[in-house]
Amino acid sequence: MSFAVRALTRSLNVFHLGGSACNNCDIEILDALTPRYDVERFGLTLVGSVRHADLILLSGVFNTKAAIRARRIYEQAPKPVVVVAIGACACTGDIFRKSYNWDGPVDRYIPVDAYVAGCPPKPEAMLEAVVTLVKKLRGA
Amino acid sequence: MPRTAIIPIGPYHPLQEEPEFFKLHVEGETVVGLDIELGYNHRGIEKLSESKTFEQTVFLVERICGICSTSHPIACVQAIEDAGNIAVPERALYIRSLIGELERLHSHLLWLGLAGHFLGFNTVWMWVWRYREDLLDIMELLTGNRNHYAMMKPGGVRRDIRREDIPAVRKMLDGLKGPLALFRDAVAEDPVIHARLKDVGVLTRQEVIDYCALGPTARASGVAIDVRRDHPHAAYGLVEWDVCVEHNGDVFDKAVVRIREMFESVRIVAQCLDRLEVVGGPIDSNPKEIPPGEGIGHYEAPRGEVFHYVRSDGGNRPARHKVRAPSYMNVPTDRAAVLGGSVSDATIVLAAVDPCYCCTERMAALDASTGRRLMGAKELLRLSWEKTERLKRELGAEGPKLDLARTE
Repeated sequence: MSFAVRALTRSLNVFHLGGSACNNCDIEILDALTPRYDVERFGLTLVGSVRHADLILLSGVFNTKAAIRARRIYEQAPKPVVVVAIGACACTGDIFRKSYNWDGPVDRYIPVDAYVAGCPPKPEAMLEAVVTLVKKLRGA
Repeated sequence: MPRTAIIPIGPYHPLQEEPEFFKLHVEGETVVGLDIELGYNHRGIEKLSESKTFEQTVFLVERICGICSTSHPIACVQAIEDAGNIAVPERALYIRSLIGELERLHSHLLWLGLAGHFLGFNTVWMWVWRYREDLLDIMELLTGNRNHYAMMKPGGVRRDIRREDIPAVRKMLDGLKGPLALFRDAVAEDPVIHARLKDVGVLTRQEVIDYCALGPTARASGVAIDVRRDHPHAAYGLVEWDVCVEHNGDVFDKAVVRIREMFESVRIVAQCLDRLEVVGGPIDSNPKEIPPGEGIGHYEAPRGEVFHYVRSDGGNRPARHKVRAPSYMNVPTDRAAVLGGSVSDATIVLAAVDPCYCCTERMAALDASTGRRLMGAKELLRLSWEKTERLKRELGAEGPKLDLARTE
């Protein structure tokens, strides 16, 4: 296991990048921090700046205005970085696929490592995605 | 002449759940200007709606906003029912109000938690959200999902409330009364919260009327508007409840109005449950087609009045669908509330209207003056936290006491 992967998968700094979402996935991400799920006990913490991120959570569809900014934010993240698309909107565009303002699937301009389906996915599902990814990175 | 600095907040900022862009113009500590730039959340829902059938439209408007995810559907189905002159069975009315009020409870709890976070009381945030989880469990039990309940349909509701689920809801409500009283007392008695919120971000009654503000934002300034009472819909005409009004218009009163409304919501839910045990019958009138015509629907969302307009041309899709969400009227009041205040109060004042941009995206309010010096974006939350810490020291108080023994 390389140094970079070991450092990346120890205690994950999570940056949450909400697109043109309905807010539910974003709230559920915050929910995962609160006492019921309390992901901080696993060393996951939300950070305010993408420059500190090990893990980026994308939520919502990205419209033409937000998509450019999202790409720019992704470019500012230190690499390697893990990207997870949270919710049906970020995965496929969901009910907004036919919208004139939808900028296409988010994985067209940001490489996505895992997709969590659901509208919104439960905090357990998000946790499972992160655990699966970390295990895979470590080669377990 | 003092130099004007600009503090950019957003579009992606740790303070915000959603992408929106505020430019705070400051001279020293005083806020002298505010620009709001939106458009990051525009998804073209009204146009999309014209490509969906009437039944599908309800699922679409549910995804306008995840927090008001039953307010938009209720307003939408009422607009469709108004257009088609469709009667709704009584049992469905009670179920609509029940789900609507449970949603109001979770939305106000969510706001209260975030307000605590903005003030630097993360304990409040954690505890409030911990009790909110019980509500989400009940929602999952009743509707099958923690959010996005998919309960409404033109002519009624999709799912019945099972008799065996009712005791669980009552138990949750009883369990919630203790924490609600706890939060009420924590806000009402704590000197630090008084110092942070009293006379901060004041909206006068006249300003509320001028800006056409709605919901708790208006009711905190002494404007007693509530669509649930003014245009009774669902079961609101059939149960007892009061409109909560306060008079100072500051952030403190907005918090008090929301907390009092939660008690009213508990009252309404309890009465709906009583009636659901008695009132039987169908939950859906199964309308087959919507004749040509137009209709409107209102619902008092947690943030204020939601308004939907639907025009039918006799087909199975709306020919036009217009949505007006409450934040559309409430967000511009930020300008009146935040100007002249200090930067460290700006976070809580901007959050006080419980802004929801995913509902609102169609507005641009601009008032640019110039200035080039840029400050770091994270500063703002830190400033707010520092002010709370300073007040704690000056007042010799610890902040809100969550005496958890009292919730038992």
